[in-house]
Amino acid sequence: MTYRHDPYDPKQAAMLDPAALDDAVTAADKAFADAGDLDALAVQKAAHLGDRSAVSLARREIGALPPAAKSDAGKRVNEARTAIQAAYDARHVILEAEQAQRVLETEAVDVTLPWDRRPRGARHPLTTLMERVGDLFIGMGYEIAEGPEVELEWANFDALNISPDHPARGLMDTFWVKAAESATGATESGLVLRTHTSPVQARTMLTRQPPIYVVVPGKVYRTDELDATHSPVFHQVEGLVVDKGITMAHLKGTLDHFARAMFGPDARTRWRPHYFPFTEPSAEFDVWFAEHRDGPRWVEWGGCGMVNPNVLRACGIDPEVYSGFAFGMGIERTLMFRNGLSDMREMIEGDVRFTRAFGMEVH
Amino acid sequence: MKVGLSWLREHVELPADLTEADLDLALNNLGIEVEEIADQRHSVQGSLVVGKVLTIEELTEFKKPIRFCTVDVGQANGSGAPQEIVCGARNFAEGDRVVVILPGGVLPGGFAIGARKTYGRNSHGMICSAAELGLSGDHDGIIVLPESVTAQPGDDARPVVGLDDIEVHVTVTPDRGYQMSVRGLARELGHAFQARFTDPGLAPAPGGTAAPAWPVTIQDTQGCDRFAARLVRGIDPSAPTPDWMAKRLLTAGVRTLGLAIDITNYVMLELGQPMHAFDADRITGGLVVRRATEGEKLTTLDGQARVLSAEDMVICDDTGPVSLAAVMGGQTSEVVDGTVNVLFEAAHWDPTMVGRTARRHRLFSEAAKRWERGVDRQLCLVAIERAVQLLVEHGGGTAGEEILDLNHPGDPVMISMAATEPSRLIGVDYPVDRVGDLLTEVGCDTAVYDDRVDVITPSWRPDLRQPADLVEEVVRLDGFENVPSVLPIAPPGNGLTPAQRRKRSVGRSLAEQGYVEVLSYPFVSATALATLGLPTDAVRLANPLSDEEPLMRTSLLPPLLTALKRNVGRGQRDVALFEQGLVFLPDLSAGVPPVLGVAGRPDPALWEKANASVPVQPWHVAVVLAGEFERSGWWGPGRAASWSDAVQAARDVLAASAVPDASVGVAAAQRSPWHPGRCAAISVDGVVVGYAGELHPAVCAALELPKRTCAMELNLDAVPLPKPTPPPVFSTYPPALIDVALVLPSEVPAAQVEAALAEGAGALLESVRLFDVYTSEQLGAGQRSLAYKLTFRAPDRTLTVEEAVAARDAAVAVTAQRFGAVLRGA
Repeated sequence: MTYRHDPYDPKQAAMLDPAALDDAVTAADKAFADAGDLDALAVQKAAHLGDRSAVSLARREIGALPPAAKSDAGKRVNEARTAIQAAYDARHVILEAEQAQRVLETEAVDVTLPWDRRPRGARHPLTTLMERVGDLFIGMGYEIAEGPEVELEWANFDALNISPDHPARGLMDTFWVKAAESATGATESGLVLRTHTSPVQARTMLTRQPPIYVVVPGKVYRTDELDATHSPVFHQVEGLVVDKGITMAHLKGTLDHFARAMFGPDARTRWRPHYFPFTEPSAEFDVWFAEHRDGPRWVEWGGCGMVNPNVLRACGIDPEVYSGFAFGMGIERTLMFRNGLSDMREMIEGDVRFTRAFGMEVH
Repeated sequence: MKVGLSWLREHVELPADLTEADLDLALNNLGIEVEEIADQRHSVQGSLVVGKVLTIEELTEFKKPIRFCTVDVGQANGSGAPQEIVCGARNFAEGDRVVVILPGGVLPGGFAIGARKTYGRNSHGMICSAAELGLSGDHDGIIVLPESVTAQPGDDARPVVGLDDIEVHVTVTPDRGYQMSVRGLARELGHAFQARFTDPGLAPAPGGTAAPAWPVTIQDTQGCDRFAARLVRGIDPSAPTPDWMAKRLLTAGVRTLGLAIDITNYVMLELGQPMHAFDADRITGGLVVRRATEGEKLTTLDGQARVLSAEDMVICDDTGPVSLAAVMGGQTSEVVDGTVNVLFEAAHWDPTMVGRTARRHRLFSEAAKRWERGVDRQLCLVAIERAVQLLVEHGGGTAGEEILDLNHPGDPVMISMAATEPSRLIGVDYPVDRVGDLLTEVGCDTAVYDDRVDVITPSWRPDLRQPADLVEEVVRLDGFENVPSVLPIAPPGNGLTPAQRRKRSVGRSLAEQGYVEVLSYPFVSATALATLGLPTDAVRLANPLSDEEPLMRTSLLPPLLTALKRNVGRGQRDVALFEQGLVFLPDLSAGVPPVLGVAGRPDPALWEKANASVPVQPWHVAVVLAGEFERSGWWGPGRAASWSDAVQAARDVLAASAVPDASVGVAAAQRSPWHPGRCAAISVDGVVVGYAGELHPAVCAALELPKRTCAMELNLDAVPLPKPTPPPVFSTYPPALIDVALVLPSEVPAAQVEAALAEGAGALLESVRLFDVYTSEQLGAGQRSLAYKLTFRAPDRTLTVEEAVAARDAAVAVTAQRFGAVLRGA
């Protein structure tokens, strides 16, 4: 064995002693484990990994070793230092997580505090129900037609095969518009508040060419006093199809589809012959409503029929070439039995508690 | 129409075991609406039995005479012992058989019978009158069964007194007058049950004789195309209406008024032919059937003195009108208690005339209802014959030899229908023979060919005029249940229109901002409009529901404010409402629309003219709000609803309508019903589309609204529909931000200052945002400070400080020059 010439101080080289290094690692492990927070850990980091730490001092002693011993000693020192660093890193991760956790805990709030800073708005269920019906038919290729509420007597009655002396005029309790004082001395204005959405049928046929597939949701008027089941102002939705080859079977298919979309897959319609001046043949139809609050049952839903040839003619459509069907029902009535409402007045009064219950859409 | 099933059974052989449910379903499937089917046997509950009066003890110590009776009710009371009953009637004697209801029974009207102490005696049940059984109110006293009745004490009394029928109460559609009769309903039930129907309308009746029953002249054969009459002389004026007839009339809801009149009503119910009975001795001279002269007077049977119109038809004698034809008879010639010579009349009147007369005189008699819906013109002689026979049989007297029949028949209605027409309209492949059979069943005279079916319609079906009417009969009798369900395939549609999408978008936006939708009535009073300072010219209803509110809204606000007030009254403090809908603008210059025909498409010029007289009805949107718009709470103070929320609502509506911010203008305005200093005119591209702000304090006070209630209303139809959005241009270079605070006179609107800044700053300016408004004594009276954040940015480079400052200075210079603004702190 040869020895290098450098002076060798056994005391200085003591840090390179394997046992001493082991002790340094053990001491660091313990010190880091004992550090309770990141600040304490920082102090211990300086002590066990800093310039004056045992491993740093040991590294410095390597230079004094004989060349043959350097590699071995260097390896030992590095292993010790890596072990201490790893212990530090592991402890740091833990303490950092604990610290973050403490911050979150101090930031906790009472999430049950009430939050009604902005009172909620809502859309009227009649509006959203009409939109829902509209959407259904839009999806089938129909379009939505509209018309005025103060309407020509001609469009509301005459064009729909309801002549001035027709008994049906007496049945529809009509609001008449008072004639303006005029030089001609006319006492009748020729205007009414439309008693049904059907005048839009006439307007549609006068402005569009067949094929016509439209639905007409809208407000209508009858001189009924307001009570739980009647209102002088209410809403209807009406459908009109005029095309070549349209049959009553098509009407039935359309209403059955409509019923299923509104009331579920078990819904279907039942028809009873009826009379409407603007359709021939005509029927009233009931819908099978399984979810009725008083149990599954047939519920009267609306009226329908094949467009009367007289109506087609009055609107300039050849009844020999085209045929059509029309149907209509009350929106209030539909909402009432569908959602189990019992008093129509609630829909009219505008009490926010009623409307808010329906939110943005009707379900 | 109400009728007993037993009467119907006389004419149609219905199944013996027919249930009420079967009947209900059958009538519904025929298109006859069932109001009620009531079994009369159920109208009296409990034991209703025949009793024999054993003893009568007169109790005289009371104000009115009272009888204490013992009655043999057989074993009906369980013991067979005489039943003790107190009775107030006196029209019976010991040994008479009467009708007794025992304790536990319930009379019509829910009147429960028990055992009770009355007039000092125990009464176990009641001896019944006809009225108490719901039968008839015409006889005084209790029912005393005649000798002919064989029922014994204890037997069920229901069949004895006639409480054994089934009442059928139906409503008939306005096109089917023939169903307003036993004849018509029996015919229909014959279809439903494939049961044999015997038509009483085809009963044999002698034709008119050469000599008239009475001299009659028809001057207007348009109004009256047939008039038949016959005399019955020498009847017993005291002869009563037979019980069976009275009972049928009662079931039908028709009062009995004496034999001759009852017979006319009976024949009307049975055949559907309205009739009239004159007292021949009270007619002076011959009868003339003519139009009334304007202003002519007649007192009808109901005691009303009526002034007639030139459209009414009348029957006159030498003294003038004696009957308002087809609607109601007159007092001077009607049958009275002492009448011995009766002239029956059965005529056929123009339904349009009758309808007008009935409406004009508000006289919707049973006769008028039938005429308006159509009466078989072949019934006159059959009805006369039936009435005469009934009167001779039950009232004695002799039928006159002479029968009058003035007849001006029109052509029969013939319809030729393509054989395929029912299939074309219904979608069911009906063989032509089936079509022919069904139409024959309806009563048509039918000729079936390969390619067509020719029919002559039955005289009782004036509603059958065109092939579609025949198709309805085919599908009605064949059954709707046989029509398949086939979904038609519509051609591709265009979806919602932009205006329709906008309505939805606006509604959703306002709801999301906290507004609750209301759908209010559009009826308003002139006072309501005046209170809001709005013009009171409005579309006026001739027959409003309430005389208070005869006008149609010209603004959404009056009804909407009423809804707000209602909510506040119900304890809501913070209320924000919105409504969308039509308002109605009167055009006082518009005339009455021209007459448009129905034979074909109206002439385009006339159609346009007609529409010009329809009031303009724009679609408006409005909000009203009161209380806190943002509530106070644990988070801190809230924010009261203010004019600025109303303006914001307008901006929200316009944003939801895809109007670019740059197109929206807000300017101070003075407009009712808003506060003159807190009202903004909202414009789009310079066109005012509505107003927003705080309501005038006087309006809030007058309507008792919360103080500082705010409102906004826009005419959505005036807002232009969006065009496709151009691509946005924005720079990715960094911005230069500079704040400026300008001191300038308070009356200069912020919007103008902002516009001036933008103008002066030029193209480098990206945005201006007002972030502070400040007033103080230091600034001086009438001055305020507006602090803006200016953001500059160039599209192609990073701005230098010098460039940004130069642009800032240019912006400030314009405000200085235009409004005398100075930089605060400068």
